[in-house]
Amino acid sequence: MLVVGIKSRPVYTGLIIDTNAPRHVLALQSEGAMAVAGQADKTFLARSEILYVGPKNFEAELSSLQPADFWVAHTIPVLLNRLKVTLQTAKMGTRLYIAGTEGFIGQAMQVALELGIDFNSIRTEHRGSLARRVQCVHCKGITDNVTTSPFTCSHCGLALLVRDHYSRRLGAFQGVNIDAEDPGSAPKPEVLFP
Amino acid sequence: MTINTDMTVRVVSITQVAEKVKRFRLERVDGEPMPVFSGGAHVVVAMRDGDLLRRNPYSLMSSPRDSSGYEISTLRVENSRGGSAFMHEKLQVGDTLVVSQPINLFPFDARGRKHIFMAGGIGITPFIAMMDQMLREDRSFELHYAVRNRIHGAYWKELTQRYGTHRVKIYVDDEKLFIPVDSILASQPLGTHLYVCGPAGMIDGVLAKARRQGWPEQNLHSERFLAPPPGKSFRAVLKKSGKTITVGTHQSILEAVEAAGIDAPFLCRGGACGQCETGVLACTGSLEHNDHYLEPDDKNSGRKIMICVSRLNGSEITLDL
Repeated sequence: MLVVGIKSRPVYTGLIIDTNAPRHVLALQSEGAMAVAGQADKTFLARSEILYVGPKNFEAELSSLQPADFWVAHTIPVLLNRLKVTLQTAKMGTRLYIAGTEGFIGQAMQVALELGIDFNSIRTEHRGSLARRVQCVHCKGITDNVTTSPFTCSHCGLALLVRDHYSRRLGAFQGVNIDAEDPGSAPKPEVLFP
Repeated sequence: MTINTDMTVRVVSITQVAEKVKRFRLERVDGEPMPVFSGGAHVVVAMRDGDLLRRNPYSLMSSPRDSSGYEISTLRVENSRGGSAFMHEKLQVGDTLVVSQPINLFPFDARGRKHIFMAGGIGITPFIAMMDQMLREDRSFELHYAVRNRIHGAYWKELTQRYGTHRVKIYVDDEKLFIPVDSILASQPLGTHLYVCGPAGMIDGVLAKARRQGWPEQNLHSERFLAPPPGKSFRAVLKKSGKTITVGTHQSILEAVEAAGIDAPFLCRGGACGQCETGVLACTGSLEHNDHYLEPDDKNSGRKIMICVSRLNGSEITLDL
């Protein structure tokens, strides 16, 4: 079950390299690495700083491309901290790219938004799992890697319908209780975001 | 139809601020407060010049929070269509004018970490109000202001005194001092926005440099007021109104439509906002698109025209108006 046709649903148009930019910062997660490895013209890598989180095979692939700077984090929060420091000291002309799952893109984008970077100027590409990061609109708890709808809120236990309604501020989709009138009557979870 | 929210104002003072620049302070005749506006806003001033009704847009340059009156500054332009000549030579203290509600097509992006203003000549006016607002809101900004010489340049002294030389930089053409655009753009923190107002050549030049340095479109802002260029006279058939009017050499279609007593929508009267977009049903001759609103495809289609600044090179145009 999915509520679609909502305008706030983000659109990821792909890692289109801005050839005018003197510097590129790329935040990549797992399969997001392939969005860079798949670029036909890789000359921009000589002016790029790559921040990566994910498995070793993609790490090796990225490393072999010899970007100007390559930095690997063990977890997403660590990568986000590093991204913040990088962007805080970056100059205009630095272009930000984010590739990976929606949850990762949303969180990396939050960091950029807080620094006054317009989300439209950030180039993004969705790679890997369709799993979503969802906020329970009732208890406000956020659950990562949600693959089904409805799903059980990991914080308050309500059965939540996952909507396409997206919050850029929170970097999360909205989950709304589906059986409020008749608790326990929620339909069976369907795997919608494998 | 446009909702009439115009305000009748009286000219309460006229100040010569530079060789060809005058400042006008306008207060409401009915004593009511003016609406508060946001930095970058303009009003359309309607002037009764003999039989002619002129309507020109002017940026508001007084403090956005001062609701006791509005101030505008105008440059006396050679070969003006009459608006600036009227303001400079005929308008007297005590005269009344009609102004529109404030309209902001040049707002600053409040999400920005820092704001760089680049002004050329009279293009300084919207920035005067923006800086007043930014100072109050404790935002980070810099002004780079180019003037021809120190006699022509308006407000450079006052602005330098108020905001300090660390925030206001003056460049004087006659002293061979020019805005070092490239080096300014190369050293700004990520999240900076750029705003340019001045002659078309300056705006185009600065924006091109910013794009070449990898500044995203979202961080580039400009405002240019375009006076409707003159051209040959032609006939306009207004389909919905069932009228045929003549557009004079120095008149825009919009002005001719208004002179015929027809209420057509408009906001900026400078080819920027898109409000006066009008369908072209037929025309003999070629359309002269002078706006910077329509996309190239729309311009080439010959089916749309911005009647505030664009015109026909031909004999007759039929408009969906």
